[in-house]
Amino acid sequence: MSADIHGLSGAYAVDALDHDERLAFEEHLARCPECQAEVASLREAATQLAVLDQVEPPAAVRSAVLRAIGTVRPLPPLEVPGHGQVQGQARVRQPHAPAPDASPAAASAEADVVPLASRRPRTRWLVAAAAAVLVAVGGLAWSPWDSGDGGQVTAVERVLRANDAQRFEKAIDGTRATIVRSRSLGKAVIIADNMPAAPVGKDYQLWLDIPGRGMVSAGLMPHETRRTLTVELQGDAARATGAGITLEPAGGSRRPTTTPIALYAFS
Amino acid sequence: MMSPMPATPPGSPQPWGSTGPGQVELDLPGLLRASARGDEAAFAELYDAVAGRVHGLVLRVVRDHSQSEEVTQEVFLDIWRTSARFDPSLGSAIGWILTIAHRKAVDRVRSAQAATVREDTYGSRNQDRAFDDTSETVQRRLEAQRVRHAMASLTETQRGAVELAYFGGYTHTEVAGLLGVPLGTAKTRIRDGLIRLRDTLGVNT
Repeated sequence: MSADIHGLSGAYAVDALDHDERLAFEEHLARCPECQAEVASLREAATQLAVLDQVEPPAAVRSAVLRAIGTVRPLPPLEVPGHGQVQGQARVRQPHAPAPDASPAAASAEADVVPLASRRPRTRWLVAAAAAVLVAVGGLAWSPWDSGDGGQVTAVERVLRANDAQRFEKAIDGTRATIVRSRSLGKAVIIADNMPAAPVGKDYQLWLDIPGRGMVSAGLMPHETRRTLTVELQGDAARATGAGITLEPAGGSRRPTTTPIALYAFS
Repeated sequence: MMSPMPATPPGSPQPWGSTGPGQVELDLPGLLRASARGDEAAFAELYDAVAGRVHGLVLRVVRDHSQSEEVTQEVFLDIWRTSARFDPSLGSAIGWILTIAHRKAVDRVRSAQAATVREDTYGSRNQDRAFDDTSETVQRRLEAQRVRHAMASLTETQRGAVELAYFGGYTHTEVAGLLGVPLGTAKTRIRDGLIRLRDTLGVNT
């Protein structure tokens, strides 16, 4: 499956995937550093083809553009952790130097993803962590698909495609739940695969760990048994340092009342 | 490749076009940064430096002149709006700009696909179009020669697939249909063609 989807890098690089294929590939891209590098280089090559067709637009286009920009505010830079322009961020997420000092907290985000992690030597584990860190920063950073005003793009898609999307995965009883957070958007989304329905009279409740406030409810998982559930967490995901899922009495609780079935550290 | 930007780490796509051989050096990343701070003069300079390539690409994909002008305008507004988000560590400025242009052009033809009949077949047009127009400078001719040479290094089937995808704005499924080949074949031709193009042009490592 992964070899197959890897082969879409060329078509993706020249915008030759349809909407669904593109989303699926971007899911893959976010966690495949080789594909990220390949897409970037193939795009770079493809755009050189534009040199064959240089046509100056009419002068009216120039004046219209220059008139219009006066009324359009440039967006601020995305807060890319570790990027030179952003001070005070964890340097560990420097995209070009996935440093060996990747923090244990960052590593733990990946720990459950690789089932063999615990049996592998620590160095391998750090490599995986560094790769995860790289993905968190570099993931979809150069995707032009998120540069537009996003007319028909849902809030969830925007988070998934955000330049600074960070992914945190946890295995839960053989299923998998991934939280994707974009600090710049202040939003987080949980994607749960094959999550069993909550027992009768109970709900799965989502929590954001907000500094100074502790675990704050981020809503309930819907009672749907779709193969993949995607839910936006409510609350300020930019400030949150982590997230959790607990089983609560139907309707949810003000504070977690049971041991979390999953805890995520955003780092 | 020509003059790499200092900010480019090894292994990243090399910049091109911002400084062609013998061309006046233009610091496109710097102009983007200035634009992000609201510097309209810098943006005008950026516009003048890249408008020919942006519009040429848009026109090639969209074909209709007035629609292409609209798209070109949208592209530049988007560049203005998102200029702060260009990251030189992830590729060249011109690559970033043309990626936005290509995406918008493709969006336009796909959304218009149902309504618009494309007047001529791709092949005949492609031949006419090859390299006729505009105020060609020597540098442009050299760059174009280089790219044409690289395109010539592709096999004919690879070139056909890459052109349909990139200039035609077709999805790989549509490319497969147009060429009468299985989807996997179209996908592979596009990717292999781009890889060969990249390697011949010396992009990246």
